[in-house]
Amino acid sequence: MQRRAILGYGAAGVGAVALMLFVGWWQVDGPGGPEPIGQRPVALTAMDFRLTDHEGNAVGPETLIGRPTMAFFGFTYCPDVCPTTLSDISGWLDDLGDEADEMNVVFITVDPERDTVETMAEYVGYFHPAIRGWTGPEEQIARVADGFHATYERVPTESGDYTMNHSASVFLFAASGRFVTMIDYHEPREFAVPKIRRALKEETEGAT
Amino acid sequence: MKKHILTGTLTALLTLGGLSVPALAGPEDVVVENAWSRASIGMNRPGAAYMTISNTGDEPVTLIGLATPLAMMPEIHETKTNAEGVSSMSPAGEIVIAPGESIALEPGGLHAMLMRLQEPMTEGDTFPLTLLFDDGGEVTVEVPILGIAARGPED
Ligand SMILES: [Cu+2]
Repeated sequence: MQRRAILGYGAAGVGAVALMLFVGWWQVDGPGGPEPIGQRPVALTAMDFRLTDHEGNAVGPETLIGRPTMAFFGFTYCPDVCPTTLSDISGWLDDLGDEADEMNVVFITVDPERDTVETMAEYVGYFHPAIRGWTGPEEQIARVADGFHATYERVPTESGDYTMNHSASVFLFAASGRFVTMIDYHEPREFAVPKIRRALKEETEGAT
Repeated sequence: MKKHILTGTLTALLTLGGLSVPALAGPEDVVVENAWSRASIGMNRPGAAYMTISNTGDEPVTLIGLATPLAMMPEIHETKTNAEGVSSMSPAGEIVIAPGESIALEPGGLHAMLMRLQEPMTEGDTFPLTLLFDDGGEVTVEVPILGIAARGPED
């Protein structure tokens, strides 16, 4: 904050232009540019939240440490994107075969009002058995989204209900909890499995 | 791919006064293929249906809405995912299909959003979905209901 204030007041015209050019480069070509999401999630070890899985167990970021993790957001009243993501992930897990057993796969609801533990249990039951469904109080969901730098928003629909806008990427973490990469919603399916394998491989590196 | 099923069940209906109105680019030029949907859990959640709609005629056709006994509020929706990876969906409005073109209703893009279901969508069943066009024409297609985890018409 201090530094920003000094820059703001002290920068002469030339300095400001240089800064703008730098910011432009950073955003377009530089390291701040090509990531599909503006910000990467922090490490799982730096997150702090308490949720409940679909079997009623208390869970948190520490539950995920020790095995690579694939995590994503959604809600069970979602007709299009969420079942598609869950089906895609089920397909990737089938492709990975035994390797999938070494992973945590977590579907975190952004709609805890409708997605109770029982609702999550019923819903994940239709997909790959490795997929766990996590829910919890709204303020805890907000803390998860904070850690992931993910967003969600409740939007009313014409039918009188509401829907949720939400980050649709799939996030991959190493066994150490370090963020590895994400799978964009529209990314071709054949890119996904190699990316997951990369996160699985980082398990050994993360352990050292 | 599942064309054979659809050719059997697809019915084109003209609701205009006469038997046929050859001058219009009517629904007789509209071909619907690979329709499918996912089973629902109960009736509280909206459903979604997908298909390819082709205009084989010489004039543009304009899709203005949907009707089905399955849902009180069927509507064409579009899902969009922005640069930050955030997905949202909203009504797509009228859709013009140019001569010789097709539009794909597919996961993550356009879909027939089935709000206020009147009955659960059960795997193995089908339901009629009517596409409404701006010239008063209608095309009704029988949409197969696949499993909840279905990814496409092949599943
Ligand atoms: Cu929709």
